[in-house]
Amino acid sequence: MINVLLFAELQESLGRDKLSIEAAGISIKELKEKHLQAYELPNLDQAMIAVNEEYADETTVLEDGDVVAFIPPVSGG
Amino acid sequence: MKKQFWITNDPIQIDDVVDKVVRPEAGAINTFIGTVREFTKGKRTLYLEYQAYIPMAEKKLQQIGAEIEQKWGDAQTAIAHRIGHLDISDTAVVIAVSTPHRQDAFEASRYAIERIKEIVPIWKKEHWEDGTSWIGDQKEHQSYEHHPPTEEEMKKYD
Repeated sequence: MINVLLFAELQESLGRDKLSIEAAGISIKELKEKHLQAYELPNLDQAMIAVNEEYADETTVLEDGDVVAFIPPVSGG
Repeated sequence: MKKQFWITNDPIQIDDVVDKVVRPEAGAINTFIGTVREFTKGKRTLYLEYQAYIPMAEKKLQQIGAEIEQKWGDAQTAIAHRIGHLDISDTAVVIAVSTPHRQDAFEASRYAIERIKEIVPIWKKEHWEDGTSWIGDQKEHQSYEHHPPTEEEMKKYD
């Protein structure tokens, strides 16, 4: 099982902050195409990606237990 | 162990952050305090709401501290960022950097705030009189297209 975390406008659009998806063995690109497209998350392609709290790219292949976070452009400070 | 880099729901005590970098080797401690501004381009903010991916945000603040140590050598950094509901003039972020000489402390704290706006997963939602919006990249480039800022993009701070 992969946990997907969403923040800011992505979280608000979905109405929750987390999804659990059976997605071990596929890339993040595939995760987006196969599992997330249906949610119509706004500007998902503008979001940076983190796997287990470290920035990663779309080619990263997921392992069971990974935590994937979609990080919209940040605005701290 | 005392944390040098933290996210908090509570008001930040500036001295708590400064105290983390006090040391005999320092000849300068520079602080940066980011506060909530009421007017942005003529538009009135009522309050802000900050959200963070807390464990990763603390890690990325720590990374900024490590980058500063690497770039300026003998530099110690502490950073606290507040989340939740913040009113006008509330303190959102406090950065303290101590170095033997003042120039490095000034430069490094500038670097820290710019870097926060690039790699630390914290977001603010503006609540205006006439609506709300999650604010995106404030550095006036669009997203980094699936990768964090590269060394190349960071060179401007060297």
